Amino acid sequence: MRRSSRRPSEGAPAALSLGFTTAYLSAIVVLPIAALVWASRADGVGSFWEVASSPEAVAALKLSLGAALVVSAVNAVLGTITAWVLVRDEFRGKQVVNALIDLPFALPTIVAGLTLLALYGPSSPVGIDIAFTRTAIVAALLFVTLPFVVRTVQPVLLELDRETEEAARSLGAGELRVFRSIILPNILPGILSGVALAFARAVGEIGALVLISGNLPFKTEVASVFVFNHIQSGDQAGASAVAVVMLLISFGILLAIGGVRFLATRHERA
Amino acid sequence: MPRRASRYGLRIVALGYLLVVLIAPLTMVFWRAFDKGADHLWHSLSDPNTVHAFKLTLIIAAIAVPLNTIFGIVCGLAIVRQRFPGAGIVNAIVDLPLAISPVVVGLSLFLLFGRTGWFGPWFQQHGIQMLFALPSMVIATIFVSLPFVAREVVPTLREIGDEQEQAARTLGAGEWTTFWRITLPAIRWAVIYGVVLTTARCLGEYGAVAVVSGHIEGQTETATLRVQDAYENFDLPGAYGISLVLAVLSVLVLVAMTLLKPKESSR
Repeated sequence: MRRSSRRPSEGAPAALSLGFTTAYLSAIVVLPIAALVWASRADGVGSFWEVASSPEAVAALKLSLGAALVVSAVNAVLGTITAWVLVRDEFRGKQVVNALIDLPFALPTIVAGLTLLALYGPSSPVGIDIAFTRTAIVAALLFVTLPFVVRTVQPVLLELDRETEEAARSLGAGELRVFRSIILPNILPGILSGVALAFARAVGEIGALVLISGNLPFKTEVASVFVFNHIQSGDQAGASAVAVVMLLISFGILLAIGGVRFLATRHERA
Repeated sequence: MPRRASRYGLRIVALGYLLVVLIAPLTMVFWRAFDKGADHLWHSLSDPNTVHAFKLTLIIAAIAVPLNTIFGIVCGLAIVRQRFPGAGIVNAIVDLPLAISPVVVGLSLFLLFGRTGWFGPWFQQHGIQMLFALPSMVIATIFVSLPFVAREVVPTLREIGDEQEQAARTLGAGEWTTFWRITLPAIRWAVIYGVVLTTARCLGEYGAVAVVSGHIEGQTETATLRVQDAYENFDLPGAYGISLVLAVLSVLVLVAMTLLKPKESSR
């Protein structure tokens, strides 16, 4: 039996793979999210806003967004510098350092929280105690978000044509000028999508925070911990309302990343 | 020599940052775990509830990783090789778990399988315990670790193109043979890399599982939940012991990632 073999999109295997993909995604991802959105509007939109705008919820969301902003800014600068050093600099042990960048992806976040608490907590061997403060939240988020900007900027820097830079230098441009006019425009999309991913991760993080943040309402309770605590205490309406706001933030970030990619590949598609 | 000075300056900034945020915390796990000696460490690790927690983590990973691997390959093939309406939407949904908070994932499943949820009553009638039991913990883990294989497979499939696959089909190979003999060998490193990332995520998942598990000691407690439980019950040696095992596993993951990466780029 011979199939019209040039067109793989016709025929049983193609239909099967598409069907499996759609069914799997629907069952695992779409259905639970739909259930959340459905539950949050069960008592009406008015009651949703009332719960989502309660002082404790607003404080938690503000803290999450604020901490995520700080962490994103630090990542934008230090992540870019780190990527730069890993690409352009040569020193002993560079390969090891390069491999360690991915550690936050590999290390369970609860372990990250525990070890940060051991290092920068009450029994700190270096004498820094930031446990149960907002500084601790930022520190823990810096740990878990560290790889994003480094790993989005690194490949762009590797492929960057250095001749343009040399040309600019030979024409008398200073280092800062070369960076601003030649390097930065090239790596900016990478920085932005890395920052967006780091921001999303920071807003949603819980594992690294539960032990070190202290989870005090109005002070160190982030949005994810708010949701968690309110599920535990049986307040599903409160948990759902804040969770839906977090969901909207996630969608917004994904849209922003899509937008950055669209703009960055504009000249390739034209 | 301003160029040289700025180079060293940047190097110090970058390495200093990595030291404070990354390397110091990692060494801390190893140091604290061995604080009271290896005997003490072994004793705390052989606690029955801890052993059970590790077993549960492995069982969940053993279910979630193969499922997400099959899904990742099939989904990658569907996205790259078939032009169907809505491919962009499928692509976006695959990315969703990277942007959504694990707690939101957990709550979604909690609402889906809860007493008043869409599926809760049905499962209850049929005597299947979803919440506070293995099924919902597995689904939560599958959700959060879903994108990794697909994310690695998609660009690789695009890069290799479909010329060899078409050649195989012209020579009379069926779809299945073409997949096993041509496509899968070409993307195997991407698949393996994705599997490593998926496994790491499954072993380390906390937030989503914490919501749906109910934290029942010796029953629905995974290794990561056990760390929190031990810490909150002032069992610091226990917490650091489990953390040490998890940290060693993650260092192994890093080694695997580093070994696989050069092959990735020279494919």
